[in-house]
Amino acid sequence: MDILTMTGMLAEGFLISLQIFALTLVGSLPLGMLVAFARMSRIKPLALLARFYISVMRGTPLMLQMFAIYFVPYYVFGIGLTTDSKWYATIVAFIVNYAAYFAEIYRSGIQSIPRGQHEAAEVLGYSRTQTFVRIVLPQVVKRIMPAMTNEVITLVKDTSLAFSIGVIEMFTVAKQLVASQVSMLPFAIAAAFYWIFNLLVDAIAGRIERKLSYYHD
Amino acid sequence: MTNSERASGGQSPQPVVSLEHARKSFGDTTVLHDISLAVSPGEVVAIIGPSGGGKSTLLRCLTLLERLDGGNLSYGDLVVARDGSYGEKSMLAAARSSFGLVFQNYNLFPHFTVLRNVMDAPICVQRRDRSEVEAEARSLLAKMGLEGCEEKVPCQLSGGQQQRASIARALAMHPKIMYFDEPTSALDPELTAEVLRVIKELAAENMTMVIVTHEMSFAREVADRVVFMDGGVIVEQGTAEQVIEHPREARTQAFLAQRNV
Repeated sequence: MDILTMTGMLAEGFLISLQIFALTLVGSLPLGMLVAFARMSRIKPLALLARFYISVMRGTPLMLQMFAIYFVPYYVFGIGLTTDSKWYATIVAFIVNYAAYFAEIYRSGIQSIPRGQHEAAEVLGYSRTQTFVRIVLPQVVKRIMPAMTNEVITLVKDTSLAFSIGVIEMFTVAKQLVASQVSMLPFAIAAAFYWIFNLLVDAIAGRIERKLSYYHD
Repeated sequence: MTNSERASGGQSPQPVVSLEHARKSFGDTTVLHDISLAVSPGEVVAIIGPSGGGKSTLLRCLTLLERLDGGNLSYGDLVVARDGSYGEKSMLAAARSSFGLVFQNYNLFPHFTVLRNVMDAPICVQRRDRSEVEAEARSLLAKMGLEGCEEKVPCQLSGGQQQRASIARALAMHPKIMYFDEPTSALDPELTAEVLRVIKELAAENMTMVIVTHEMSFAREVADRVVFMDGGVIVEQGTAEQVIEHPREARTQAFLAQRNV
């Protein structure tokens, strides 16, 4: 098999990896915000629950979380295991796992905004929602960009974990090719895919950071 | 007292803000003991005194950033707090719209341009017409000597310019009374002068103001009444002449002597 064919097969797998990547972001970016709010809530049980959630999500391997989400419905509710359920389990596991990390990044950003900003907004009569949306959030975005970029880059590579549950993404394809072709080349090509995509992620993040560099505080 | 009694009863006009028997503690520390203060329309009150004397806490209670433990607070006809219990949210919002606050460290919104800092609250809180607000914001900024800074962001301005922008931001809300919390404490003498000049202009226009300040000569010049606070009480008050030139109380004398007045 020539390089072009292998690259083509890997590219097909990479489309699946990209789907995991995109769906995870679409789900976990907003969910992380809810978790961050819960974590900072003055309602004690809610804050405690969020802490527990974050602790479990960060404290156990994503791979185990995928298995848990895949198998628990089967053992507990007797729902049959299908290829579809495998895919959904993967996406759900990625979303709930990354939401925990994003929640902590959001929290660090939100808590870093000086109290004076809230007080100035309060005296001017902004509601709590207005204060958050107009005053706090835009400043938070700027402050958390480097940490978010880190996390998003990690996510690109973490999509390869879906291989362990049997979702056919790029890493799964690479492994199969390595075995059938008795060559390490598919791994090298897969690595290039991850790296090049992350260069893109980095470039986009850089653009956003430059756009937000019109002020400092 | 009902509204009709108030309208017919007093010779002096209704105070813009009235605080009676205010008490405030943080934990075991009592920061305000039984403070009463009323400010009449057009009056300029300077509050002086040592750090930790309760000046800033008093201002924070007047601006609803802190809640009193006891006492009454009202803005015009709006009773904000009675015996330390506060009214409902909508009433507090109405009271809030009657004052503006200028902070020691400006607290401008760093991600907004200077113009947007001034325009944003009138548009999004008071729901006023954008073009009308913009015209007013531009003229306020010009009045503050900030022509040409409209499209800059706060970090591009000097401290004095930022403080003047924050004064414009507060004025754009059409407050009945302006509070200043040590407005020049973060500024060097040169920049202090330009901020004080702006405040004097406001005084000349009969803006009602309460100014916490360490600038004695400024207080003497601009204030109709000087209040000396120490240990959470008003030790003495009167005209600048009375309090700064001829203080009666030993504590006031000691404070002023220390500051070489």
